[in-house]
Amino acid sequence: MSIVQSFPLFSIVLGLLCAIGCFVVPKQWGRRMTLLLLLASCVMQGWVLRFCYVNQTSYAYMMGHYPAPWGNEIMAGLLEPGMGLLFSVVMLLSVIGGGRHIGHDVADGKQHLYWVTVDLTLVSLLAMCYTNDIFTGYVFIEICTIASCGLLAVREGGRSLIASVRYMVFALIGSSLFLIGVVFTYAITGQLLFPQLRQAVAALWAAGTYRFAMTVAIGLMTAGLAVKSGCFPFHGWLPDAHSQATTASSCILSGVIVKGYAVLLIKIIYRAIGAEVFMASGAQHVLLLLGIGGMVACSIDAIFAKRLKVMIAFSSAAQIGYIFMGIGMGTAAGLTAAVLQIVNHAVTKPMLFLSGSQLSDASHGRMDFPSLRGAGHRNVPAGILFTIGAVSMVGVPLLAGFIPKLYFAREAFALGWQRWPVLLALAVSTVLNVLYFLYTAVLIWLPQEADCRFTAVKPHWDEFLPGFVLAGLNVAMGIHPGPLVALIDKAVALLGR
Amino acid sequence: MAAMFDHLLHNYEEAAAIALLSIGFCMLLFDRNLLKKVIGLDIMDSGVFLLLADRGFIAGGKAPIMAEAAAEAGRYVNPIPAGLVLTGIVVSVSVSALMLALTVRVYQTYRTLDVDHLYMLMSHRRKGGRA
Amino acid sequence: MANSDSAFRRWLRGEVDLSAELRTAEMPVPPEEARYHPRHHTAMIHMIFRQSHRFYVALVAVLCVVLFTVLLLAAANLPAYGDSEAPTNNEVTERYVNRGVEETGAVNAVAGLILDYRAFDTLGESFVLFTALCAVTILMSRGRRKHPLPMETDYADYYADPIVHTMCKVIIPVILVFGVYVLVNGHLSPGGGFSGGAILSSALIIYAMVWGDERAHGTIRERAIRRTAALALGFYVVSKTYSFYTGANGLHSVISPGVPGRIFSAGLILPLNVAVGLVVCCTMYSFYMFFRRGEL
Repeated sequence: MSIVQSFPLFSIVLGLLCAIGCFVVPKQWGRRMTLLLLLASCVMQGWVLRFCYVNQTSYAYMMGHYPAPWGNEIMAGLLEPGMGLLFSVVMLLSVIGGGRHIGHDVADGKQHLYWVTVDLTLVSLLAMCYTNDIFTGYVFIEICTIASCGLLAVREGGRSLIASVRYMVFALIGSSLFLIGVVFTYAITGQLLFPQLRQAVAALWAAGTYRFAMTVAIGLMTAGLAVKSGCFPFHGWLPDAHSQATTASSCILSGVIVKGYAVLLIKIIYRAIGAEVFMASGAQHVLLLLGIGGMVACSIDAIFAKRLKVMIAFSSAAQIGYIFMGIGMGTAAGLTAAVLQIVNHAVTKPMLFLSGSQLSDASHGRMDFPSLRGAGHRNVPAGILFTIGAVSMVGVPLLAGFIPKLYFAREAFALGWQRWPVLLALAVSTVLNVLYFLYTAVLIWLPQEADCRFTAVKPHWDEFLPGFVLAGLNVAMGIHPGPLVALIDKAVALLGR
Repeated sequence: MAAMFDHLLHNYEEAAAIALLSIGFCMLLFDRNLLKKVIGLDIMDSGVFLLLADRGFIAGGKAPIMAEAAAEAGRYVNPIPAGLVLTGIVVSVSVSALMLALTVRVYQTYRTLDVDHLYMLMSHRRKGGRA
Repeated sequence: MANSDSAFRRWLRGEVDLSAELRTAEMPVPPEEARYHPRHHTAMIHMIFRQSHRFYVALVAVLCVVLFTVLLLAAANLPAYGDSEAPTNNEVTERYVNRGVEETGAVNAVAGLILDYRAFDTLGESFVLFTALCAVTILMSRGRRKHPLPMETDYADYYADPIVHTMCKVIIPVILVFGVYVLVNGHLSPGGGFSGGAILSSALIIYAMVWGDERAHGTIRERAIRRTAALALGFYVVSKTYSFYTGANGLHSVISPGVPGRIFSAGLILPLNVAVGLVVCCTMYSFYMFFRRGEL
């Protein structure tokens, strides 16, 4: 067995060791260790991805001396290391870009704990990507929940406490629903590992025994993960949580964590339950409708948002609607579009949060739209980044935001009754995006009023450089999506096998 | 329907677990007092653990401690749910501690445990300027 | 001695009102700028909130009723309770029960299951505790805040009570010994790291309650707790990585199950139980101390 195949295990273990290390060493070391960890994780996921791509294979990695139905396992195909790479890159850029805000928002005595939480978030996301065991999935969901609550609550002042309470109530409902689903699944199949579970579920479904309990279990697991990733109508917690955190946490929460749950849901649907049984249970129609509802309803909420970060956060909820719509289409092409949307949103949203908070810094920390007028002139790099992000969100060609929309629309024509709702939702959501994102992008470039009390700020390289890297990824994906689409197509094909 | 009811009567432990779970779930969702929400969470988790533990029971089975004397007689109950419940309990303890810490901090900061009051504060602040 | 004697006599005569000691004093008033001033009347807020959310609450209530009905029906659809032919009693369970002792060396099948067969889950589980410890520290730590948030620092002075004080002197060592017993016999009998660690931490918490936080803070150093937890977790991660790596690559592992039934047997399970126990003990004690005084 090639050493590369052990890299998923090594990256998870390295993250755990780093978390323990940051817990005991002084805070400046915590930052360095975390940056190194994220960098190492990027390299390792990339390596695993290359290995799987060259060999066109997915492989199971035994966690211990016992084979599949008895011991734990992790699984790496193309989707898993790909998502791991995406998450590591985005987290790395987020913590670099939000570094100054961390110093400002987080009390001195708690900074090392902040880095511990970041490490644990990375570990839980990687484990959620790689897991091949439904109960391991549950355990790491909980680590992710608690760690993200720490990321959110670490900020001094503001309303982060209330936002944390709200977030935790929803998150706990989500994980409980998921756990009940796991219990039901286990009770009727007796398996916990994905491959065996899939066989058992297929056999049960074909025989028709326990069909009701199976349907309920599928529904509960899906609902639990949907609540946790902020799918409409359970998105009530999301705008507060994402807007009240410190900048780096906002980027991580919005750009990465909600996607981790979506990736786990995709894995459970295709690897654990089996696409056929999932589609037969009818759960995908509910996901499709909820996704469409989220795309429209959250966009409307975003229009009425009074503060920039809240607006960006509502837009996250709307963009998550796209992901669930893609999963709900129930076809391989729909899933490809959903994964494209995950990539698109993960590179665009942190960019918006980073540049948005810099624009607000250039307005004495104010977030309301009147104060942001002309902020682009006061911090030109941030203004440019925000404009790129906003235009990409609207879905203008040559930027990343256009690609998933194109694939969603193309796939919609292949569908049955879903065709017109999907196309209509895409159109309405695009128009609404124009209303709020383009409006903001124009607003920050308006000439400043004569009596403007804000002065220009000198941008720091460590604040805008990560943003420009993300913008580069965004433009690259928009101009030349071919390789990425081919990769995701292969990943989806491997997933179902 | 009658057959369903018979099944439910036979699976009375599961029915009790679902009842516990429902009580906890409703408390978590509808109770305005943050502290009672935490209590509801714990009740709900107990319900789930009861459900899970029931699934491991085998009539006449013994605890899965393989002491040599016990080897000759009967079956052991399924050890997997026991292991899963153990994990679940640790998770539940951790989450409860976190929720209680949040509750304490919220009370120290806002002098109230009423979530409606807190959410109201949130929505009022949203209209203002800086967070 | 005369003093405590008279306290005991007074207690016998029913003159000592213990409940008065348990009652906490008035909360200290926070400084004016730190205090929160509600701008709305509470009753009014409830009215507004309820009215604006009435539809939503009704919808959620209906959804809940539907959910619970469905769950009950699904519970009725599950395999019968206690059925030995249920799908859960399959080849997986059989191997755990029949070959568990021989493969893991643990007489307690649950210990073998969670620390050997499904060790990755349990690794995650102990990190759930660690994550919660960090999150609680973030929330409760006083740090170097300018206006330290008011903590209820007064507690019933159990130390002055001769009964509690004397009894605890006797009982704490017993609890500690019992905790260690449960911890190191985890692979032989019911118990293990999680329960043993909880028992150990209860002894420490009793100590902190009776002898006072300040004294506990002096005896059980913050640094010691943090290092113990970190070392135990580090050992857990490193040793399990070794076993995962050798297992996945089909390498020979130096860890052998030993002779089942002996105290030094079952390979890694005993050291892992001790490590988990230390982590649980440190975490529980830290939870108590953070809730009590905002620092270790």
